[in-house]
Amino acid sequence: MGDFLLVTIQVDMHDQLASALQDDLTNKIAKVNAKGVLIDISSLDIVDSFIGRMLANTSAMARVLDAQTVVVGMQPAVAITLVELGLNLSGVHTALDVEKGMEMLRRHIGITELDGDTSASD
Amino acid sequence: MTTSIAKTLLNQRNEILQEWLRQQLVAENLRADLISEAELRTDSDRFLNVLIDAVQSGNFSKIESPEYQPVLELLGRFSRSRGLQGFTPSETATFVFSLKQPLFSALRKSGGNDPGELVENMWAADLLLDKLGLYTTEAYQQSREEVIRRQQEEMLELSTPVVQLWEGIVALPLIGTLDSARTSVVMESLLQTIVDTRSELAIIDITGVPTVDTLVAQHLLKTVAAARLMGADCIISGIRPQIAQTMVHLQIDLSAVTTKATMAEALRFALKRSGKATLDIVKNLSPQQ
Repeated sequence: MGDFLLVTIQVDMHDQLASALQDDLTNKIAKVNAKGVLIDISSLDIVDSFIGRMLANTSAMARVLDAQTVVVGMQPAVAITLVELGLNLSGVHTALDVEKGMEMLRRHIGITELDGDTSASD
Repeated sequence: MTTSIAKTLLNQRNEILQEWLRQQLVAENLRADLISEAELRTDSDRFLNVLIDAVQSGNFSKIESPEYQPVLELLGRFSRSRGLQGFTPSETATFVFSLKQPLFSALRKSGGNDPGELVENMWAADLLLDKLGLYTTEAYQQSREEVIRRQQEEMLELSTPVVQLWEGIVALPLIGTLDSARTSVVMESLLQTIVDTRSELAIIDITGVPTVDTLVAQHLLKTVAAARLMGADCIISGIRPQIAQTMVHLQIDLSAVTTKATMAEALRFALKRSGKATLDIVKNLSPQQ
């Protein structure tokens, strides 16, 4: 989708699947030179600390490859679980749904591009 | 020997019932305002029936056994309904204890000759009725506790309304002390509302929270973190001066959260941020312009 990649997680994540996803995603970002990644976890209703860390790591990896990551559609129960686990995912952007996540990415990338063009005119 | 109690109960059932009723009706703690004579009559009649059935088994000491199941059930029902009608626990238990006198006099009349046997019978009957009386108190207590628990749950639900203030803005006015149980309810309802209304901003108003200690602050921060994970930002408003002082003294770090002094201020900020309101509205809202 343009400069963005959309990842929809629809099955229960187990650890190998999560690692495979991480591999695929980083490869893909590098290949298509993506600027933004949307991870839709609205159908995920069970998480553990590993998945939480996986999300944070993926976002960090994407950032290294110059792509913004937005995690969208997190379920209330999932959010509560992650907070109880002490995972605040502080480096990860979040949005309510894909639409809003997309908006957010556009805004972010727009800002960075604008910054690049006008070179720090604020 | 206990069979003679059963026999006495069966044979003199009507006399015992009449005498029992008469005593209950003249007793000074009769609550004529709460229960009618007819009701008392049917209650007593029914209780005597199930009791007679139960004692025919010859079991006088174990009220947990299956023969006494109907008796206990009936007593449980009585205590619950009387508790709801406004009887005190002792008034409820007196219902059972008042059977002693008519039963003892019936035993005396029928038992007759052997004083030792009479005393033994009385003792057995006394123990049985004591146990049943205590059981009514227990059941009464239980029903009261149920009421309290239900009210607590209702209050929990009542005290956490999440209201939608504007398109994309929800507010959660918190009233009363926050503990972990309440926080989780609050958190759940807030997050659910965020999903339902697709709101990007949530205002948590703590004007009605009397004290904020480290635990409460931690709960608040957890809620904010969870909302952020879902993609909504939180504003905490209604922090009173004393609470602000306490928070700083306790070294609670709220730097990651937007805080406003009043709900109005928070709403103005939220409207500006979401950019949903027209400029006019924002202008009218802000006093300095």
